Amino acid sequence: MTAPLVVFFVLAGLAVIGAVSLILQKHPIHSALSLIVVMIALAGLYLLLGAEFVAAVQIIIYGGAIMVLFVLVIMLLNAGVEEHTSISKMAGAPGLLLVVALAGLVAATIVRSTDSVLSTSQAGDMSSTLEISNMLFKDFVYPFELTSFLILVAVLGAMVLAQREKS
Amino acid sequence: MVPTNYYVILSAILFGLGVFAFVFKRNIITIFMSIELMLNAVNLAFVAFSQALGKLDGQVFVLFVIVVAAAEAAVGLGIIILIARNRQTLNVERVDLLKL
Amino acid sequence: MNSFLTTNAELLITLVKIALLLFIVLTVNAYLTWFERKVVAHMQSRWGPHRVGPHGLLQPLADGVKFLFKEDPTPAGVDKFVYYLAPLLALALALTGIALIPFGPDPIRLFGHDIYLGIAPPDVNIGILALFAITAMGVYGVALAGWSSNSKYPLMGGLRSSAQMISYELALTMSVVGVLLMAGSFNLKKIIEAQGHHPEWGILGWNIWPQILGFFCFFVAAIAETNRAPFDLPEAESELVAGFHTEYASFKFAMFFIAEYTSMITVSCLCSIMFFGGWLSPFPASWTFTHYFPSAILIPFGVWVIWDGLRYETIFGRIILPGMGTAIAGLGAVLVLLPGVNLFIQGPFWLLLKILIFLFVYVWMRGTLPRFRYDQLMSFGWKLLLPLSIVNVIVTSFVILAKMTWGAK
Repeated sequence: MTAPLVVFFVLAGLAVIGAVSLILQKHPIHSALSLIVVMIALAGLYLLLGAEFVAAVQIIIYGGAIMVLFVLVIMLLNAGVEEHTSISKMAGAPGLLLVVALAGLVAATIVRSTDSVLSTSQAGDMSSTLEISNMLFKDFVYPFELTSFLILVAVLGAMVLAQREKS
Repeated sequence: MVPTNYYVILSAILFGLGVFAFVFKRNIITIFMSIELMLNAVNLAFVAFSQALGKLDGQVFVLFVIVVAAAEAAVGLGIIILIARNRQTLNVERVDLLKL
Repeated sequence: MNSFLTTNAELLITLVKIALLLFIVLTVNAYLTWFERKVVAHMQSRWGPHRVGPHGLLQPLADGVKFLFKEDPTPAGVDKFVYYLAPLLALALALTGIALIPFGPDPIRLFGHDIYLGIAPPDVNIGILALFAITAMGVYGVALAGWSSNSKYPLMGGLRSSAQMISYELALTMSVVGVLLMAGSFNLKKIIEAQGHHPEWGILGWNIWPQILGFFCFFVAAIAETNRAPFDLPEAESELVAGFHTEYASFKFAMFFIAEYTSMITVSCLCSIMFFGGWLSPFPASWTFTHYFPSAILIPFGVWVIWDGLRYETIFGRIILPGMGTAIAGLGAVLVLLPGVNLFIQGPFWLLLKILIFLFVYVWMRGTLPRFRYDQLMSFGWKLLLPLSIVNVIVTSFVILAKMTWGAK
């Protein structure tokens, strides 16, 4: 039981507990907090994989911007506790079985096909930030510019949607 | 070191939980959050494979996925606010008719 | 026992460093409140706390005892989990930020281990980015506190405050990009070393000269980010009762308080590291006589404290103050006599001096400037600060490109 393995199981357990809590909580704000826990656990896993820049970006953008947006919208809309209808309670158990089957199928397919690729130890002399930025601005410059355009469109769209009605 | 398979299995579990939440929750915001959970599970698989293969393409793709998720969250939440304003409910089972 | 110590040495050293830094940061917070009250009072031609111990130095202790013993009511109808989580989150995030800051360049060699000054190891390649990640998460403390209090004024204060923090976060991160372009790394140690590239330039090599616009944007955005005056509308008393922490009583309010002051300290550390040379001395490196500067400040200050203490009105002051003065002067004398320690203490001394200067500027701005109105605040952040920081990035990139194209000047 080496140290990375222990850290992996702790973070993985945290992520799964967060995801299960997202499903089981009744109030959307508690679901949002559970999702934040999942994202922080995933950022820890990215650090364990040596992807430090992606981990920092995950916390800043996902944890610090997107989830803040979710939390603010939940507060503004004054979302209350969820109601339960009879159909959803009945469909819960078979649904869970089917989801387990789906997840198991996905996992088994990938695990079989990669012949258990052991993770190679990355001896990174340059930091991953430098290499990622090299790739981003040389090989992937066209998608990069397109995503900036996409964000512009999203900002304009959000502003139009949130306008007050002209009455 | 942690074998890549462990990361893939964790990613599949999180994805499955995201699908379950997407299908069985009734609050529109919680459904939206389950979409983010699914995207995160996929990101984990990308980064795990990027480390296993020794190339950084996976991490660059994760950055793009995060950016697209941010844009989608902004517009999606705007739409949710409008729906809540018009129908006065956040329960998707009540928003199933075009008629108000 | 011995083998346990040797195998887990790094872990134990880190735990001891964490405990020590926690204690130091909490004490500095407490005395920062004293410092603020004294300075603002003297700016307003009054004395501030001066009864509870000599020169009011025991006032933070009295405040702490008050916070512990005051009644801690929980309002009805609050969401209990979120209500208790919010101040914890704010405090934990603020204290985590301090862990990433390096306080000195050289390690102490003890029992064969290098002990660096600062909890994070010096090769954290994403130093600044991690600090911004922690700052970005700090919005949650405010937003959740405002929402969970089940009351209108905290909700309004929390929403306004979190909107303010998110808006100024953009300007904060953009204004730092100029420094990062010049240093070529996110690592805080490398940023300081890039400023010390020409040791003969001393103060002229610091980042403040090429990045004056970036410094202005960063400092103003940081004040707005930490909800301090003049950007403290969401927690001002005359506006929204007390904003997002209205419904929080003694100890939970103290946690928000400590979180705010700790983030003030973190921002001061960042300003001094990124723009003012960190642990570099303002004098050129060849002026080795300036190594006696710390002693030259400490010994006269200690002597003045002794002299002032001997004339103090209360007997308690006449004992305590000369004791403190002797300790300070003794420290200065020890530095003169032990040249190895003196050389080691140069870096941390200059960093601490710069941090103190920035904390004074923070308190000065609180005592002097009037508050922004909320719409003025938002338009200032989006329409002035963000474009200015983007202009800074563009100009810096062009200058660096010109330097690269036409050879190093």
